[in-house]
Amino acid sequence: MSERRQIFLATAALLVSALAFLAAGCGSSNKSSSGSSSATTSASSCSNKDDLNLVTTDQLTIGTDNPAFPPWFGGTPHKPWQVSDPNSGEGYESAVAYAVAKQLGFDKSEVKWIHVPFSNSYAPGPKSFDFDINQISFTPARAKVVDFSDSYYDVNQSVVVNKGTPIASVTSVAGLKPYDLGAQLGTTSYQFIQDTIKPTKKPSVFPSNTGAVQALKNKQIDGLVVDLPTAFYVTAVQVPNGKVLGQFPAEPGGEHFGMVFEKGNSLRACVNQALAKLRSNGMLEQLQQQWLAKATGAPILK
Amino acid sequence: MSALRLEGVRKSFGDHEVLRGIDLELADHEVVCLIGASGSGKSTLLRCVNLLERLDAGRIFLGREELTRSGVDVNDVRRRIGIVFQAFNLFPHMTVLRNVTLAPRDVLKLPRAEAEARALELLARFGLENRRDEYPDRLSGGQQQRVAIVRALAMRPELMLLDEVTSALDPGLVAEVLNVIRELAAGGMTMLIATHEMGFARDIANRVCFLDEGRILEQGTPEQIFAHPTEPRTQQFLERIIEAGRL
Amino acid sequence: MASEGDRRSDPEVERRSRLLGGFHFQGEGARGVAIALLSTVVFVAVVIVAVTQSAGWPEVKRTFFDWGDISSSFPDIARAFVLNVKIFLVCEVFILVLALLIAVLRSLPGPVFFPLRALAIVYSDLARGVPTILVIALLGFGAPALELTGVPRSRVFWAGVGLILVYSGYVAEVYRAGIESVHPSQEAAARSLGLSRFQALRRVILPQAVRRVIPPLLNDFIGLQKDTALVATLGVVEAFNQSMIDSAATFTYGAYLAAAVLFVAITIPLARLTDWLIARDRQKRQAAGGFA
Repeated sequence: MSERRQIFLATAALLVSALAFLAAGCGSSNKSSSGSSSATTSASSCSNKDDLNLVTTDQLTIGTDNPAFPPWFGGTPHKPWQVSDPNSGEGYESAVAYAVAKQLGFDKSEVKWIHVPFSNSYAPGPKSFDFDINQISFTPARAKVVDFSDSYYDVNQSVVVNKGTPIASVTSVAGLKPYDLGAQLGTTSYQFIQDTIKPTKKPSVFPSNTGAVQALKNKQIDGLVVDLPTAFYVTAVQVPNGKVLGQFPAEPGGEHFGMVFEKGNSLRACVNQALAKLRSNGMLEQLQQQWLAKATGAPILK
Repeated sequence: MSALRLEGVRKSFGDHEVLRGIDLELADHEVVCLIGASGSGKSTLLRCVNLLERLDAGRIFLGREELTRSGVDVNDVRRRIGIVFQAFNLFPHMTVLRNVTLAPRDVLKLPRAEAEARALELLARFGLENRRDEYPDRLSGGQQQRVAIVRALAMRPELMLLDEVTSALDPGLVAEVLNVIRELAAGGMTMLIATHEMGFARDIANRVCFLDEGRILEQGTPEQIFAHPTEPRTQQFLERIIEAGRL
Repeated sequence: MASEGDRRSDPEVERRSRLLGGFHFQGEGARGVAIALLSTVVFVAVVIVAVTQSAGWPEVKRTFFDWGDISSSFPDIARAFVLNVKIFLVCEVFILVLALLIAVLRSLPGPVFFPLRALAIVYSDLARGVPTILVIALLGFGAPALELTGVPRSRVFWAGVGLILVYSGYVAEVYRAGIESVHPSQEAAARSLGLSRFQALRRVILPQAVRRVIPPLLNDFIGLQKDTALVATLGVVEAFNQSMIDSAATFTYGAYLAAAVLFVAITIPLARLTDWLIARDRQKRQAAGGFA
């Protein structure tokens, strides 16, 4: 074979592989993954535990992050859980989870809690949990990647400050503008700061509640924006010199927490049914009274 | 008062005793050549004189001053003694000129102009002035060694120590270095020279010392040592040298 | 492919060979190259097929490689990246100085200097032994918590201090290797001229030592550039934190890719600079006949 032809073939081969890779990368997928949208689940298939789409048969696997903080979880922690124990049934999210489980036909012993760091809850691929409950706010963008249950709690944002500091005398949203504010990663609080408060200084975002709280204690931030129930926990336990400055009025349409499911998981429909039942029979309200009652008495910042 | 005096100098490295009691005296302007086999202690002896090695026993005097007393200013002593090594040891990251002016400026605190003038005069004397801005790696071995000698001379030392300065050179380059040393001797520099070059030693030395296993076995004029050595080991050594064609 | 030896002298062949980096594309060599190319193509094809036919590919493609995600998060991340660059530039200067001090302390000989040497050794061990993220968390949250007057609260400040302390431990070892690589005869020559230990270090040893270790020094700086992301632990919004924020908001990972691109964009020139310096140094040494 002549030299010219050799060079031509070599170049052609390289170009072809490059093009093939690009085509595969940008092209539409051919085989759809398992777990694509299923038909609407009828009521009967929800009442039979054996028909439910579960990770492990006869077991409801629920994920949440560690440490498990009040008022969402309570009880004495046992390894590996820190601060509180999801298994205790104490705390709002633990109580709601067990109530939903009961509706689905699981008793307490058939519920298994696993540690799912927040960032793992939305990673692609099959989930290790049936659903994840971890103060995760619904957003349309997130709903493209995972499925959310209906609301189990409507959220108000609030801000925690140190008593006796200049920010502690603020009474309006505009008054918060000049301060160093912080939020926790993964909450909608950061977006809230950016969109509603619009501070002049760049806000901070902490990978964990622990860091956020320490920064507030150190006066490295002036105010920490968190959901209202968490705010009360922070001031009651973590920052003794802290106070809940106020809460922000709920957005139109509101912000709410939902449980996170793998996309297309038919279990979601059953959980939604259970939530609807708990709402209609007053159980949800009762649990809110029991665990989140303190978290209503903060002034509204406008 | 002698220019340099060594009394009972002993030096060991670990268990190995290299210098076993050296007594040696140099008068002003005297040129003394140390000859002996490798490992006889010539280099160690020179390194002891400028305090690069610490003695185990004995004393060294430079003029009136005892170098081995406690509290001596080592840097000051070394300022007064020039040493040139077999491996040239020029500073590769500096030009020839900078190599020569470094110590006069930093140690003698000469201003730059003066240091450079002194350096250029010395370089010119030995035919190296047009190499002033070159880096050592561009010079031949002979040129590098001559620069090393100039570098030591720039400090205007009282005494020069030369440690086998031609041993690492190609034979063709040896002569130019030996000529430099000849000139220094003619100019009255007090020198202690360790060398293999017997012919050269015979030419310029006032005295030749034969070092054998850490002791000065025999010393005398070149005539005495080369033509009429008294010690058997001296004779053996010289025979070997003659056989090797170096004498 | 029959070898055509008489072609080799053909000027056209010569020109083409030079274009291909001097490879003479014929005979045995040509066969080898053809096999290499063919097997590469086959391998690439296999990888493409395996990846794109896998069950999870559509989801991974959507969450990791969505151009919309990547491009929409890029501006915020790029803006936040300015902070990473600032931290890197400032820390680098202090690291170079502190590490040199530690390396010099470590090299002081004799029993009288033992305490200083010991201090340098302990420092070096601790700085390299404790994970950088811990150092930053301890300093960033711990130091301000002491509430001592005059102690800054700024988290960027403490993250910078943490990075400086940790990296100085590594860079000191690099300097030390450089210092020890300078032949002792250089120090002997310098001291013999009457230069003090400090003067010899400053004028003769360190200039040579530092020149020799520029490649590993740059290597450590490439590491530093990436470790500026650790300030995110303290809540500061730099590029990595911003990418986490975007990712958590959309539950996708395009933002991580965008951040990765920015970090690599800085690293690649640094790495090429390192390569160039190594090549130039090698060239110089060969020209010098191997004395250096």
